[in-house]
Amino acid sequence: MDGGVGYADMDALKATELRLGLPGSHPPEKPLPTTTTTARPTKRSLDEDRAARRETSEGGRATSARATKAQVVGWPPIRSYRKNSFQAMKATAEAAGLYVKVSMDGAPYLRKIDLEVYKGYRELREALEDMFKCFEGCKGSEYAITYEDKDGDLMLVGDVPWEMFTSSCKKLRIIRGAEAIRGLGSSQ
Amino acid sequence: MTYFPEEVVEHIFDFVGSHRDRNTVSTVCKAWYQVERLSRRTVFVGNCYAIGPERVMARFPGINSLSVKGKPHFADFNLVPYDWGGFALPWIVAAARLCPGLEELRLKRMVVTDDGLELLARSFPNFKSLVLISCEGFSTDGLAAIATYCRGLRELDLQENEVEDHGCQWLSFFPDSCTSLVSLNFGCLKGEVNGGALERLVARCPNLRSLKLSPAVSVESLNKILARASHLVDLGTGSFAVDHRTDVYHTLMNSFPKFKSLRNLSGFWDASPCCLRAVYPVCTSLTVLNLSYAPAIQGDDLIKIICLCFKLQKLWVLDSIGDKGLAVVASTCKELQELRVFPCDIYGAGTTSVTEEGLLAVSSGCPKLNSLLYFCYQMTNAALITVAKNCPHFTRFRLCILDPGKPDPVTNQPLDEGFGAIVRSCKNIRRLSLSGRLTDQVFLYIGMYAERLEMLSIAFAGDSDKGMIYVLNGCKNLRKLEIRDCPFGDIALLKNVAKYETMRSLWMSSCDVTLGGCKALAAKMPRLNVEIINENEETYEFEENLSDRHKLEKIYVYRTVAGPRNDAPDFVWTL
Repeated sequence: MDGGVGYADMDALKATELRLGLPGSHPPEKPLPTTTTTARPTKRSLDEDRAARRETSEGGRATSARATKAQVVGWPPIRSYRKNSFQAMKATAEAAGLYVKVSMDGAPYLRKIDLEVYKGYRELREALEDMFKCFEGCKGSEYAITYEDKDGDLMLVGDVPWEMFTSSCKKLRIIRGAEAIRGLGSSQ
Repeated sequence: MTYFPEEVVEHIFDFVGSHRDRNTVSTVCKAWYQVERLSRRTVFVGNCYAIGPERVMARFPGINSLSVKGKPHFADFNLVPYDWGGFALPWIVAAARLCPGLEELRLKRMVVTDDGLELLARSFPNFKSLVLISCEGFSTDGLAAIATYCRGLRELDLQENEVEDHGCQWLSFFPDSCTSLVSLNFGCLKGEVNGGALERLVARCPNLRSLKLSPAVSVESLNKILARASHLVDLGTGSFAVDHRTDVYHTLMNSFPKFKSLRNLSGFWDASPCCLRAVYPVCTSLTVLNLSYAPAIQGDDLIKIICLCFKLQKLWVLDSIGDKGLAVVASTCKELQELRVFPCDIYGAGTTSVTEEGLLAVSSGCPKLNSLLYFCYQMTNAALITVAKNCPHFTRFRLCILDPGKPDPVTNQPLDEGFGAIVRSCKNIRRLSLSGRLTDQVFLYIGMYAERLEMLSIAFAGDSDKGMIYVLNGCKNLRKLEIRDCPFGDIALLKNVAKYETMRSLWMSSCDVTLGGCKALAAKMPRLNVEIINENEETYEFEENLSDRHKLEKIYVYRTVAGPRNDAPDFVWTL
């Protein structure tokens, strides 16, 4: 998912991509909002830069719903500050996708999944089992799913409500073997 | 009065507080001018380009409080290009040289840099209060400089600024010896916050009365802060997102009852309905409540909290409150003076849930209502006429019907009569924003009745030049006129040119004024800056070749004693 990949390339890539979403859960592609040519940028805010970068790095999926309605510049008259706050809220809530890395002890490479696609812990667990099936070997399925939260702490998946989890999860880590069993002793 | 010694005159002037009165007093005679200028402590500059900073400070060397505004109001809505101007540095540099006793600086819509903040922090040993509203151009490094060098800082109030995040350590730069903070507002910061540094800072500032946290401050942190700051009057809660099954939540629930002085609540950035229950114990004493950044709180939960707020004077809320919720406001909040209802759905896709019904309810239930900002999908003349009858005390009335140029849906008529009723009934109206379908008639009413009107905002309205002419000829006290997307052209622009010297500024965008019209205005009125903002990069290189008939996209006209500004970017021409 590097920046600067063209649309045609993305289609080809998507066709071969191994996705774990449920059937029909792939959000519809939205066209990027058209920008008026030769117009001066009215606000070169850091957030706009970040949003633009996010768009290219997430494979061209538009993070804004702006393209769906013709926009009059500066209307409705709401301060940019308020609009930006809401866009930040909407971006995390809508089809932006919450991609997080998933690592598993012993696996040679990491994966990425879109948390938005799952409705709860059970689906997530099933998807992860599926994803890492090939690495489990014959050692059995003693593992614990953990995640790194906003504060950088390693947390056990499943303690907090799903929405709170998706909003604070930065990356997932599947811990296997003895470490996992020790940790799970009290919660299962 | 010439027989009184100067000290007596000066003492008398101490009782003359308002800027306008002091300005008037200074024009009586030379002696009074001298006494006034040396005793003036506070100066307010409404347009930073109306006068140069050195001139202000040479006239008023004794000031300890300075307030300056930069960009035109429509900059809030992205209509003014990014590097148009409004730089704070010249003001800070001049003050550092000429007014070293400066204690308070308040800047609105200006470009402030980290260098400027550092110069500010190092130059004024008595500096006490910095208020930045809708500014940009600085980062948390600048805040670190303020924290480091402003000994005795009482107030750092950052409202709705665009601040670049260079890390969370700026709070740690407040030295251990800093115990003087009374007000700290960093709600607009987007980056992470050093919770420990914040908690320690709050703990050592016993006079802290106002604290507004940014969304990054967690409830765990908030709990620790609340434990040390029970004398708070004004609180911005930070994220306010916590699972109700946790200990953190229970601590939060037990925190609020002890806040006997809390009157203002805001923040609630990520709040969910169950978290809101934590503040119920303080609702009965609240005078200000801002829930307008909490989209997760829906109508019913808003109603539950509002039911308790019977002392509320100011309420800012999202339109998810619905007409039903506004009816509850009307029956509960009898002390309400200011109401702002913002749209949840920014792009106005027609799903807003307040209509004229909600406004009607509030107008009849809240007799003290005098300030309104109301975003809605529709409005009727009948409703506005009734609102005008119910609330003759409006001083600020801003109505935004989200669909530009939308008429009264019941009668299909323009809203001229409705707004006409408002200006006829509300004799003290100072600020008015119009919307919906409007003809020249509404401007005739405004010109005739709105005698105290100072600021008028017009969009997608009017039929001809007559509309603008009615306003310019009528409103005696008009100071700021801002117009977008209206069919007003050169005839209106040039009809009453002397008027512009009695006003602070005129903004016109997407109207019918031409280059020729503006040239004529500039020629007739040398003490105005007639700025043309040309964002079309293809044409601004060919300035000389543009015909006088060329319609101008954006113009900004303002009175000034400083002449054309020397910091204008390429795309701004001063005629």
